[in-house]
Amino acid sequence: MSRYVIEAKDLTKRYRDLTAVDSISFSVTRGELFGFLGPNGAGKTTTMKMVQCVSPRTGGKLRVFGDDPETSGRIIRKRIGVVPQETNLDPDLSVFDNLTVYARFFDIGRDDALKRAKNLLEFFELEGKKDTIIEKLSGGMKRRLLLARALMNNPDLLILDEPTIGLDPQGRHHIWEKLLKLRAEGHTIVLTTHYLDEAAKLCDRLVIMDHAKILVEGSPDALVRTFIGMDIVETDKSDQVTRYLDSINISYGTGGEMIQVRTDKPRELADRLTEQFREIRIITRPGSLEDVFLMLTGRGLRE
Amino acid sequence: MRIKIHEIIGIMFIGVSRVWFRNALVFRRNIRVNLIPPFIEPLLYLGAIGFGIGAYITDIEGVPYIRFIAPAILAASVMNASFFECAYGTYVRMYYQKTFDALLATPITIQEVILGEIFWGATRGLISALSISIVLLLLGLASPVGLLIVLPFSFLAGVLFSSIAACFSAVSPSIDTMSYPATLFVAPMFLFSGTFFPLHLLPQIVQVLALLLLPLTHVVSLIRGLLTETSVPLWAFNISWIVMGTIIFSFLAIRLFKRRLVV
Ligand SMILES: Nc1ncnc2c1ncn2[C@@H]1O[C@H](COP(=O)(O)OP(=O)(O)OP(=O)(O)O)[C@@H](O)[C@H]1O
Ligand SMILES: [Mg+2]
Repeated sequence: MSRYVIEAKDLTKRYRDLTAVDSISFSVTRGELFGFLGPNGAGKTTTMKMVQCVSPRTGGKLRVFGDDPETSGRIIRKRIGVVPQETNLDPDLSVFDNLTVYARFFDIGRDDALKRAKNLLEFFELEGKKDTIIEKLSGGMKRRLLLARALMNNPDLLILDEPTIGLDPQGRHHIWEKLLKLRAEGHTIVLTTHYLDEAAKLCDRLVIMDHAKILVEGSPDALVRTFIGMDIVETDKSDQVTRYLDSINISYGTGGEMIQVRTDKPRELADRLTEQFREIRIITRPGSLEDVFLMLTGRGLRE
Repeated sequence: MRIKIHEIIGIMFIGVSRVWFRNALVFRRNIRVNLIPPFIEPLLYLGAIGFGIGAYITDIEGVPYIRFIAPAILAASVMNASFFECAYGTYVRMYYQKTFDALLATPITIQEVILGEIFWGATRGLISALSISIVLLLLGLASPVGLLIVLPFSFLAGVLFSSIAACFSAVSPSIDTMSYPATLFVAPMFLFSGTFFPLHLLPQIVQVLALLLLPLTHVVSLIRGLLTETSVPLWAFNISWIVMGTIIFSFLAIRLFKRRLVV
């Protein structure tokens, strides 16, 4: 058996005249927590849907558990758990029924389904909401229930499309904790996210996608080391400061209202700047995944 | 590893029944609300048209007027229940509730989802037929033996109406456009299918159109034959139309939904 859970080579998806995924290659190994980062419209969801075997690819090669989604969709889907970007819990059913009815579609017997549903509701701290109708759940509870539903079939691969979208910090931490626990149990997890801290905290490896392509791949630390490498000194943008930096031959980047300088001697630069400009506001900090992300994808807003 | 055809059919049957079960469960959870209309509606029609208009009409072709329309009311209820379940119900589940998206992420396939919907629509038709049968039996307006045959037949007719509705559902850009088939297809069918007056009273060209385009015509004439114990001159044509229509529209519905959902 292949050690890859997912293997994609030159994977492409076109919707009529729009190329949503353009010849991307990546692989996910067993037990890994793998992330897809990228701005709106980058092609993350489209990629997830091809892996889930719900959207046929236009070109390239794709293997999930070593099988081809085109011919083995049913067998592959049986082993996958999915949290979609858009909530699709069954509003006609209660919380508990959402889980047990879902289990039927996986050929899970009644007793098993009842037991699993009970355990999962406990795991996600939703026991109290067992008989509640979906409409009456908060956004965070719905996300947790979706995750519980995705685990009903004890999947070998979990696909989470923005699992913490719209959650408060408590809700996000709760989900992170559960995801790390699941990874420790050996689940293979693929997730997409817009939250850089989330990706940095959770992912073993990740790719950054933009405009349908993969820009880079690596572990969060390695990416920060390769692309930023040093600390960052940040200050408010002003013509005097840029003129001064030009005059002492220090290169800088500007993003939004800030000037960023990558340096391995942050204290020294900060001191020079305060000396030069009395009232200046300076932040020095280690480089982060966010810097990598903004460097690679730019600061322009996406439609 | 080759999978044999009967195994595929077996797996599909299980998948279809799972989808059917999901809808049945929701129906059962609201059973009190769901079961009242199928009982009330036929009583309204029987009361208003049967006893009201029937007071002025004595017999149609030797059958008392109320007995003449009773089978049509049953047939029209099957049509309404099945058609509206797979027009509006299916559309809401697909478009607003994203139920199909959730199902398609499980081992269930799109064929199974659509067939499950169609069979569920037919089941709604059967439930209506059953409740009206009870009313007709109690009022002594139909042959008991005929009713026994009519019930399974209503399910088949339900599959026909459901699959036609599913086709509209699959191509409808929004829920509002669903009112087109409702007013341009279902409503004329309700009036011009030999329901409240015999087909032969219509101009010849309309008769031909009704026989070709309005499936309710065939369902009404077969059910009327069974419930009034009279002969059905075109029975072979009626049955063929229903069977062929069921097959064609079921396949078409699957194709249209695939085109819409598998992108
Ligand atoms: N069914 C579809 N038909 C046509 N175009 C589509 C369809 N689904 C997605 N697209 C387009 O494909 C591109 C990629 O979309 P996708 O949903 O994969 O992005 P994403 O990375 O998930 O974005 P987000 O972060 O906003 O969720 C977008 O330009 C989108 O408009
Ligand atoms: Mg997305």
